[in-house]
Amino acid sequence: MKGILTICRKELADHFSSTRFILLFYLILMVSLVTAFIVGAGLRDELKDVAKPTFVFLMLFTSPGKLFSLIQFIAIFGPLLGIVLGFDSINRERSARTLSKLISQPIYRDAVINGKFLAGLITIVIMLVSIVLMISGLGLLLIGVVPGPEEILRLLVYLVISIFYIGFWLGISILFSVGFRNVATSALAAIACWIFFSFFVAMGASVVAGAISHVDQTRAADNPELLIQHEQTRKILSLFSPMTLYSESTTILLDPLRKTTQSILLMGPMERLSISRFQNPLPLTESIYIVFPHLISLVAITMVFFAITYAVFMRQEVRST
Amino acid sequence: MNGQNIIETQELTKVYGEQVAVDHLNLRIQQGEVFGFLGPNGAGKTTTLLMLLGLSEPTSGKAWVCGFDPTREPLKVKRLVGYLAENVGFYDDMNAVQNLQYIGRLNGIPDDLTSIKIKELLKIVDLEVDPRKKVGEYSRGMRQRLGIAEVLLKDPQVVFLDEPTLGLDPDGSKQMLELIQSLSQDKKITVFFSSHLLDQVQRISHRVGIMIKGQLVAEGRIEDLAKEKFGVGPEKYTLEEVYMKYFKEGQS
Repeated sequence: MKGILTICRKELADHFSSTRFILLFYLILMVSLVTAFIVGAGLRDELKDVAKPTFVFLMLFTSPGKLFSLIQFIAIFGPLLGIVLGFDSINRERSARTLSKLISQPIYRDAVINGKFLAGLITIVIMLVSIVLMISGLGLLLIGVVPGPEEILRLLVYLVISIFYIGFWLGISILFSVGFRNVATSALAAIACWIFFSFFVAMGASVVAGAISHVDQTRAADNPELLIQHEQTRKILSLFSPMTLYSESTTILLDPLRKTTQSILLMGPMERLSISRFQNPLPLTESIYIVFPHLISLVAITMVFFAITYAVFMRQEVRST
Repeated sequence: MNGQNIIETQELTKVYGEQVAVDHLNLRIQQGEVFGFLGPNGAGKTTTLLMLLGLSEPTSGKAWVCGFDPTREPLKVKRLVGYLAENVGFYDDMNAVQNLQYIGRLNGIPDDLTSIKIKELLKIVDLEVDPRKKVGEYSRGMRQRLGIAEVLLKDPQVVFLDEPTLGLDPDGSKQMLELIQSLSQDKKITVFFSSHLLDQVQRISHRVGIMIKGQLVAEGRIEDLAKEKFGVGPEKYTLEEVYMKYFKEGQS
């Protein structure tokens, strides 16, 4: 354990003093604060002389403002942070010839990979918590609404999900840093993965869904079952993207009025009546229940990728360099 | 294992796929000895070092270092053994003291004790440390000396040195060899070192071992090996000539 903590401590110092991390952190912080400011100012104007709705504080994170909401921003660019923290963690040691020295010290070999992953996770936690706290502070100033206990709990769950989401990308980038000796190759591979999972999976899901159950948009209303089938296929396939898992789960968690992850629902008259009568926000436990499969999947893929990284690193033959 | 042997191997073998890197190696090295480990590139020297350190698992055979099996008890071995790799690597953005402190922490040495040791060791290796100077700015010789300081930080019983004088100027090489000799004479540390610079090996080694294609083809005092091959002692034949004789026989 001492070896893990020693390595983790050094890695933390490296992260917080590295120019690329500082640049990315300030970029994400700046965009987050600007987005929060635009959203907060908009909310303040809209809610002037009007009774504040419930969960207005969470709107700081979910309202799109001029471009995108904060959770959309983290969903798209958060992975870059994970990649930046991990893409050269092992191959940098190898090219600097410090890896063999490190593992010739009286520490278990897995202390190296565990220490580096732990340092990456701690950095992610510190960064996300500080961003959420700063946005909350800005929100308090702008809209003058103190978040309630449930809003704080929802934000905490959101933070945990975000940590796992960025942790998944950290795991992938460390995996590439173990697998590729060249730092540039591992960075490119991680970015290629990010582009594929974040953008191409969603596009591919639409194409495949269209091929399986083709819907003529002009006559979609004539065959709602086909439309639903198309949407379900697209949705199932797009769940292979961690970004979809993350976006859907965080949207439900931070917007208690949303009661489903489905974008199209087939409803009869009784269901429509019941929905119109019960417009109350969902309690936190219900929101978690809705996105529970998403959460489990996100945690599972993060753990699976770290386990693969761990196994590959432990099985690699040590050479003198 | 013999109580006097600080390093011992029995039929130690390492196979990478089809290639036999180390072939049934039997070796005995006593405490305080300077043992020169010779052989051409790819002969299996570094692989042997890595197996003795517990960094690489043998395909078959056994090894003991300081009484412990490096495969089963790698941490105990690593605690007692220092390793200076060929082209030693450092964290170039840290200074010498920070590099040594990190290694001290990994070895579980308290920070205050590490600081005292660092001062002593930097004196021993004759390394003037400017705290503003990062290790990345160090010359090759300074890096090697810092490497020795790093190895000695844990007060090892055995040090493995892989090409310790590679790339050093004549003065730097001389200082390094004197340092290696003093480790054996003054501190009774066993030095197991590999090198291609045979005149240097001849100057400081008590015994040598010659590896060719993964096999230990000769082991013993240089005079004994010279007598075995040429019938006369090293006053007439240098280690280089002895080595070349074994090398040519090994190749054929």
